[in-house]
Amino acid sequence: MITALLYTAAGLLLFCLGLWSFLMHRPLLRKLIALNVMGSGVFLVFVALAYRGPEGAPDPVPHALVLTGIVVAVSATALALALGRRLEEAERD
Amino acid sequence: MTPDLVLFDLLLIGALLALASACLFSAELQRAVILFIVFGLLLTLVWARLQAPDVALAEAAIGAGLSGALLLAAARRLARRGGRPEDRP
Amino acid sequence: MTGAALRAFVTIAIALAAGVLWWVFSLALLEGPGERLAPLAAEALPRSGVGNPVTAVLLNFRAYDTLLELAVLLAAVLGIWASGPPDRGFAPAEIVLAGLVDWLVPLLILAAGYLLWVGGQAPGGAFQAGAMLAAAGVVLRLAGTPRAGLPRGDWQRVLVVAGVAAFLAVGLALMAIGHGFLTYPPGHAKWLILTIETAATLAIGATLAAAYVGGSPPDGPPGEDRA
Repeated sequence: MITALLYTAAGLLLFCLGLWSFLMHRPLLRKLIALNVMGSGVFLVFVALAYRGPEGAPDPVPHALVLTGIVVAVSATALALALGRRLEEAERD
Repeated sequence: MTPDLVLFDLLLIGALLALASACLFSAELQRAVILFIVFGLLLTLVWARLQAPDVALAEAAIGAGLSGALLLAAARRLARRGGRPEDRP
Repeated sequence: MTGAALRAFVTIAIALAAGVLWWVFSLALLEGPGERLAPLAAEALPRSGVGNPVTAVLLNFRAYDTLLELAVLLAAVLGIWASGPPDRGFAPAEIVLAGLVDWLVPLLILAAGYLLWVGGQAPGGAFQAGAMLAAAGVVLRLAGTPRAGLPRGDWQRVLVVAGVAAFLAVGLALMAIGHGFLTYPPGHAKWLILTIETAATLAIGATLAAAYVGGSPPDGPPGEDRA
């Protein structure tokens, strides 16, 4: 129980750190890193809630959600980078 | 629940949060990206600790590797185009 | 509002939000687990056709989610392709890096195949295997292969659609013979899941590698390759 509480707290802190950085920085790359840290915080809360102690089998449903979440996060990052690059090119022309 | 394990948890969480802050508050963009990659690797350790080996495998390959490569390539392009990326709007 | 005031405001607002969130989550945790999906998943696992509970959730119990997630990947790569041609890529590798790549890429492909196969019983599966394939693509592009090992134009499109296509084909075929959409008939689940997973692995690997290349694939016959 204390393990789940500890890691949930860490996940919340990560989310809030990322949110702060996301709101405070202007460059796209900074925002993307912050967004990824926020996502990691959410994943950490999910996996912490799925933890059932050292002997118990963990809940597979949040694990599956986090797994798809990681892949979606990286594809969203790649799309944002491509759009950002296009935007810069358009501004330079 | 052994005290050793709680100590390990505290150390791991402390390192994770310290890395995240170092990454988010870093003044230099490329350093931030590299710290983000290290953060992903440490997160892999957290998944293993929380008995989520499937997630750990995906994080090691994607969270640390692929997003790191994507962000590094973008940071490199910004740096190569001249101008300090920090000053860009 | 001035910059400093805005900063202070955002910081305080996020700190408050963190407090509220922590209060809610700690209450929820201390209340005890309550009704959860884990016992249901554990009970249905022997009938799912695979031994790894996470794979069972991804490709059997919540297969809809995974299908739509592959559709999200497809949408992302279409957006990336729509944003114009990619960067020129890197100079061809020198002999040491080229030698390393010659070793690394086959190993990564082998690891992907292993993860795909073992995913039915142990940690692994389509996502991890696809990530390995994408990693091979990234290594290839870093060593100077502009298309990251992906096939030319149309075949690349076929690869990227393969996951969603296999999912839909299996689902619709099951409907046609009288089962529900993606309700696997008992005894056939394992092979149907493996079929979908193989296609999904190729699709995820191709999608992520194409996302790393970061631009539209070259079209047309050989020789018109932009890179």
